[in-house]
Amino acid sequence: MNTPAPGDEPTATTAAHPALGRQDIAHLARLARLAVTDEELDRFAGQLGAVLDAVAQVQRADAGDVVPTTHAVPLTNVLRDDVVTPSLPRDVVLAGAPAADEDRFRVPRILGEEE
Amino acid sequence: MSDLTALPVTALQAALASGETSAVEVTRAHLDRIAAVDGDLGAYLHVDADAALARAGEIDASGTAGTGLAGIPVALKDVFVTEGVPTTSGSRILEGWRPPYSATVAGRLHDAGTVLLGKTNMDEFAMGSSTENSAYRVTRNPWDRDRIPGGSSGGSSAAVAGHLAPFALGTDTGGSIRQPAAVTGLVGHKPTYGSVSRYGLIAFSSSLDQAGPMARTVMDAALLHEAIGGHDPRDSTSIDAPVPTVVEAARRGAAGDLSGLRVGVVRELGGEGARDGYDAGVLERFAEAVALLEAAGAEVREVSCPAFDLALPAYYLIAPSEASSNLARFEGMRFGIRVGDDGSRDIDEVMALTREQGFGPEVKRRIILGTYALSAGYYDAYYGQAQKVRTLITRDFSAAFDAVDVLVSPTSPTVAWPIGARVDDPLAMYAADLCTLPASLAGVPAISVPCGLSEGLPVGLQVMAPALSDDRCYRVAAAVESAQGAPLADRLAERAA
Repeated sequence: MNTPAPGDEPTATTAAHPALGRQDIAHLARLARLAVTDEELDRFAGQLGAVLDAVAQVQRADAGDVVPTTHAVPLTNVLRDDVVTPSLPRDVVLAGAPAADEDRFRVPRILGEEE
Repeated sequence: MSDLTALPVTALQAALASGETSAVEVTRAHLDRIAAVDGDLGAYLHVDADAALARAGEIDASGTAGTGLAGIPVALKDVFVTEGVPTTSGSRILEGWRPPYSATVAGRLHDAGTVLLGKTNMDEFAMGSSTENSAYRVTRNPWDRDRIPGGSSGGSSAAVAGHLAPFALGTDTGGSIRQPAAVTGLVGHKPTYGSVSRYGLIAFSSSLDQAGPMARTVMDAALLHEAIGGHDPRDSTSIDAPVPTVVEAARRGAAGDLSGLRVGVVRELGGEGARDGYDAGVLERFAEAVALLEAAGAEVREVSCPAFDLALPAYYLIAPSEASSNLARFEGMRFGIRVGDDGSRDIDEVMALTREQGFGPEVKRRIILGTYALSAGYYDAYYGQAQKVRTLITRDFSAAFDAVDVLVSPTSPTVAWPIGARVDDPLAMYAADLCTLPASLAGVPAISVPCGLSEGLPVGLQVMAPALSDDRCYRVAAAVESAQGAPLADRLAERAA
């Protein structure tokens, strides 16, 4: 949910000088499944604008042909043999869940009224 | 024995091995001190005295106390999952959760015979530099209880500096072991990325998170490091390489001879090219520490690492981006709290309400920032560019380590600041990590060792080394410690006495 589909990006039009207003914060929060209060919207709009101005300094780097580093050590995919191994005890795992029912996690309804 | 809580681990080992004391006595002494002072200090989130004493009794009965770390108490930052023991990562969203398994490092410490005293306070999901972002309580600096103990491992630093544990584990993403160690007068080491298992460590920024030791002496930190280090097949980022011989390196360093060692002072971090923001006293102590290294025989020269100037913005794009992804799992369905599930709301609404009420302001800020940096229109300009800066920083380290064996800088640009002074100013808070971020982004090891006081508060020297050369950090740190006489932590005890 953190890599929105095309068209989901915030309303600012240039990356170099982003304007992050209340509406943008609300939109980003929605993408991140995060309800925010009006008071938080006001506070975050000011703070995140300042933070974005600061972090935009990365664009100063002359890094045209530089290969990005996503990780400090080279990662290789780790595969294991296709054999059954012991897993965590079901009862212990479900005991930590907010709600459980008949050996399963119980979740709120997934489909809305109209679906 | 009068005060078991004042002894370094090495002295506790000797006292246990000789039978002069027992694991139960050592554990009880620490529990008594926790009961006496932690109400004010706020270092711990969870202490189970009965379980600790029972465990200590087992060690005594086994006859192993004093062998290695058997019978030595330890505290763990609440970011490490511990089977059956409450684990919150400093967040309301995990309130009351008891994990069904333990982190590899917690298991290794248990196997080594240590006694778990409890779980220490921290900034929520390790996001912060002051431990003021904990959802539960403020932690105070034992040197001045009106000041912060650093963050995010501030509970661990306060516990060890305040003699509520002989040593502790912290985690370091952008400096969260080194900075709290520096501002509380401790030794704190961020090992080479991947050299200590991250399995069972609640993830903040997966490409940066690293567990490591915090202790009152370099040797104590080295003992803890060797106990937790080494390859872990359950962690796909774990390096399959031998644990560096850090205990031997600490012993060598304590002899005080650094002849032949080439030390680089980073121009951009506390050197001639440093930007504003450094306390004058911090720079003075740093210069004195460099003079100590020269007096011990090291050859010192200035080294320039220009990309380090962009470490702070790069970090504050990369870490929130990874956090926004890692924290997606906290949605109230499988563990932790759930909010608003009264039958009238669908799953999306319940998840959003749970996250709204479960997360604190700093976590929300970073999730939103990370979501922004990863969004379709801005990915290349922010996240992609930050990853390129990371390459430039790594290149700067490589070039520097062609010329010198270790790099040094102040650990934190300032001493501990008053509680509350930076809470409404995220940028001021982030600046606390100025010096520690480059090593995090490049994955190289770095240690903070005390190098004196400024305004009566501890200052740390940071020593950085090439990947998998953690032993160099310990050797230099031990030499600095030795040149200063008694560890700085002892001065706090003298002052309190």
